[in-house]
Amino acid sequence: MNIPMDDRPVQARKPLLSVEGLSVEFGSSRVVDDLSFSVEAGKTVAIVGESGSGKSVTSLSTMRLADMMGANFASGRILFGDKDLLRASQKEMRSIRGKEIAMIFQEPMTSLNPVFTIGDQICEVLMLHEKMGKSAATVEAGRLLDMVRLPDSAELLTRYPHQLSGGMRQRVMIAMALACRPKLLIADEPTTALDVTIQAQILNIMRDLQKDLGMGMVFITHDMGVVAEMADHVVVMWKGKKVEEGPVKEIFANPQHPYTRTLLSSVPRLGSMTGEEFPKRMPLTVLQDGEPTVVGEERVQDTAKYDAKPLLSVKDLFVRFDIRKNLFGKATHRCSAVQKVSFDIHPGETLALVGESGSGKSTIGRTIQQLQSAMSGEIAFNGRTYSSMSAAERFRMRQQVQYIFQDPFASLDPRKTVGFSIAEPINTHGLISDRKAVRRRVDELLERVGLTSAYAERYPHEFSGGQRQRVCIARALASDPKLIIADEALSALDVSIQAQIINLFMDLQAERGLAYLFISHDMAVVEKMSHRVAVLYLGQIMEMGSRRQVFETPGHDYTRRLLSAVPVADPTAVRQTAMIEGEIPNPVRRVGDEPAILTHEEINPGHFVAKSA
Amino acid sequence: MATFLIKRLLQAIFVVIAITLLVSFAIRLTGDPAVTMFQGGGSMTEDDLARIRQALGVDKPFLEQYLTFLKGLVTLDLGRSFTGNAPVTGLIAQALPATLLLAFVSIAVSIVLSIPLGIKAATARGKWADQLIRILSLVGLSFPNFWLATMLVLLFSITLGLLPPSGMGGFSSYIMPAVTMGVILTATNVRLVRTSMLETLQSQYIMVARAKGLSESKVLYKHALRNCAIPLITYFGIQFGGLLGGIVVIERVFNWPGLGTLAFDAVGARDFPVLQGVITVLSLMIVGINLLVDIAYGLIDPRIRTE
Repeated sequence: MNIPMDDRPVQARKPLLSVEGLSVEFGSSRVVDDLSFSVEAGKTVAIVGESGSGKSVTSLSTMRLADMMGANFASGRILFGDKDLLRASQKEMRSIRGKEIAMIFQEPMTSLNPVFTIGDQICEVLMLHEKMGKSAATVEAGRLLDMVRLPDSAELLTRYPHQLSGGMRQRVMIAMALACRPKLLIADEPTTALDVTIQAQILNIMRDLQKDLGMGMVFITHDMGVVAEMADHVVVMWKGKKVEEGPVKEIFANPQHPYTRTLLSSVPRLGSMTGEEFPKRMPLTVLQDGEPTVVGEERVQDTAKYDAKPLLSVKDLFVRFDIRKNLFGKATHRCSAVQKVSFDIHPGETLALVGESGSGKSTIGRTIQQLQSAMSGEIAFNGRTYSSMSAAERFRMRQQVQYIFQDPFASLDPRKTVGFSIAEPINTHGLISDRKAVRRRVDELLERVGLTSAYAERYPHEFSGGQRQRVCIARALASDPKLIIADEALSALDVSIQAQIINLFMDLQAERGLAYLFISHDMAVVEKMSHRVAVLYLGQIMEMGSRRQVFETPGHDYTRRLLSAVPVADPTAVRQTAMIEGEIPNPVRRVGDEPAILTHEEINPGHFVAKSA
Repeated sequence: MATFLIKRLLQAIFVVIAITLLVSFAIRLTGDPAVTMFQGGGSMTEDDLARIRQALGVDKPFLEQYLTFLKGLVTLDLGRSFTGNAPVTGLIAQALPATLLLAFVSIAVSIVLSIPLGIKAATARGKWADQLIRILSLVGLSFPNFWLATMLVLLFSITLGLLPPSGMGGFSSYIMPAVTMGVILTATNVRLVRTSMLETLQSQYIMVARAKGLSESKVLYKHALRNCAIPLITYFGIQFGGLLGGIVVIERVFNWPGLGTLAFDAVGARDFPVLQGVITVLSLMIVGINLLVDIAYGLIDPRIRTE
């Protein structure tokens, strides 16, 4: 008797895309090494890994776009149906790209050509592959925009990319990618640059459309939360190699490879601090000799001195930017970036400012650092207001308050050694006059942030992203400040590095009694490290309270929205994204049409919530 | 748009006043037209000179002379030339087309050559085609224009007898002046096109255009070129000013009957009305070109248009 071993039809077992033993080289460096995986129709394979793991090169190789960047395919096959894409000519590839395999890129702000209308850019694909005429293509383009839930599609077709928000642009990109109903969609970090509430909406759209069209999807991301929400199957890449693959629930529940285990343990998870009064410095899992090892101690971060008088006190701060002026130089449009914001920071305390783009969180930081002038309101440091200080005293303030920026590479002078950069605040403020002593201090600082003194002679490009951020922290510490403003200082870093830097921040706080103003959009990171939290929306504080109050008993709708939009790094969790709809409004308004200023109500001691206007 | 044009118009008026004021003042420091006019023409008494000055109107205070000039400018009457008594407007009207024609032919030559060459160099970055184009551009940049012009005349007119050495006539008379100007413009423009193309090709939307399955020529000439156009047009606009300066030299070498020749002779003769007239026209042209450049920005880039 012939009993079939596998009763599935042959068709179902045949993958849509199968990558076999792929190796890609740029010059002499191999960035993808012997990679194999396959994608079935209607399924999503997530490729995860940190920067430099070769995940983007894999996707560009599948499209054969890596050729234009000088890639050389050393070995392997990429089978799409029966065709080996690595053997196809660029001419053959052009009939596959955009038609059979489409791609969405990371940066929605730069993915659309700024000089053509949305309509023209979508129609271009339809006219090329589907041989449609201009008018038929326009009708279809409108339908595609409806499909990605963009309102007012007919009008939108005549608009230019710069008139759209990031989230809208990414929807246009999706519409464009899906124009010819591709069999396979490759999405390279499609939501990384978006705000969380927008990310949640885009992920929803992608999931629904995949179901409708039965596409296979390759989803490239570094965000384990997004993986948990989107993927059926996960491929983990590390240094160009696949270290592990499996069904998503398996990978999260039972990771095998040491790297995967390390990666998952460093992912900040929302809700991990529930029930804790204070933030905690947690031990880290790091790879040591190929084995995940737990290092460091657990310590309650009860450094905030609430009995002392506030170190920094911001009262009724308003900041406005004139956006458009008429012929006579009078402002007609204005951005009310910060509206009546008040808060205190105590010594040793971390206050987090969270919010999405346009919330004014960075403007507040910049105003405190005197990089930006306030329209009205008072900022007092150690009980003395800025306005009562002389110019020299205000200059001195820059020694007491230091700023750390998001992009460590852009904030270090590429032509100066890092030693020079770290010594600069010491020299500027004349803190140490003896050159040898300055040098000793620089070495000390480098060691303190986990680098070695030998690095002082090196230049920024010789460091990795995480090391550069450590250098920036060393520079911030150089003038022995009391307050550090960290503006998205962790956002550009890989999660494993992020976890290390969070611990470094906490250790420095415990040692020196530093206060932090921690500006971030990442709710999970904020939950891990802050004592108090202020939630901002369009320049106003919606809610402020202790971390526990804001995360466990959020009093404002916006806070709840923000929390529910964060992807949870747990594939078994029930998704609750129904309440998320809509764009973040533009903060630029006509003069005279200023937004209403909200008043606050103290619902619990120290827990303030904005009353709806 | 209306606001923008009004602003530009006010700016243009200011520019013309500033330039003509400076030029009229400076030229009057360099010598006396009455003396220049009759150099070697026998003996002149101080009385004769005074009468000539009075007749020319240069005996009046400077500001009064300048205001007369401005008044004339509004009614398009720029006075009469000190030498030959012809109306200045007529002289300019005769010379302007020759200069404009030469300028536009030179720019056209340079655009037609530099855009494809620049794009080729950018797409073949580091390969032999790129190296060759860059070396040729460096060679072109290193020629002084008057030297190149003289060499061309020696070769094509004197030795080979193929092209007329000077003057403005049929098509063949345009070749050498236009090539001289064109080569030097092309040499700079190729580098500019190459650099701004290289930058544009790094953009994400170029990758997206390729991912759509578009052909390379569509990617380069439709998606990339239009985005390169802003820096290119800005530079072409600035170049135009330099070009007009360069044309004075080229017109001298080829004896081209344009504004350059007119201005050159006027300086020699201290012919104030002609010089003032030519400078005014030149500065108006530069202001005008820059206005066109600004309008072109809006046409090319919707981000500027809709602001």
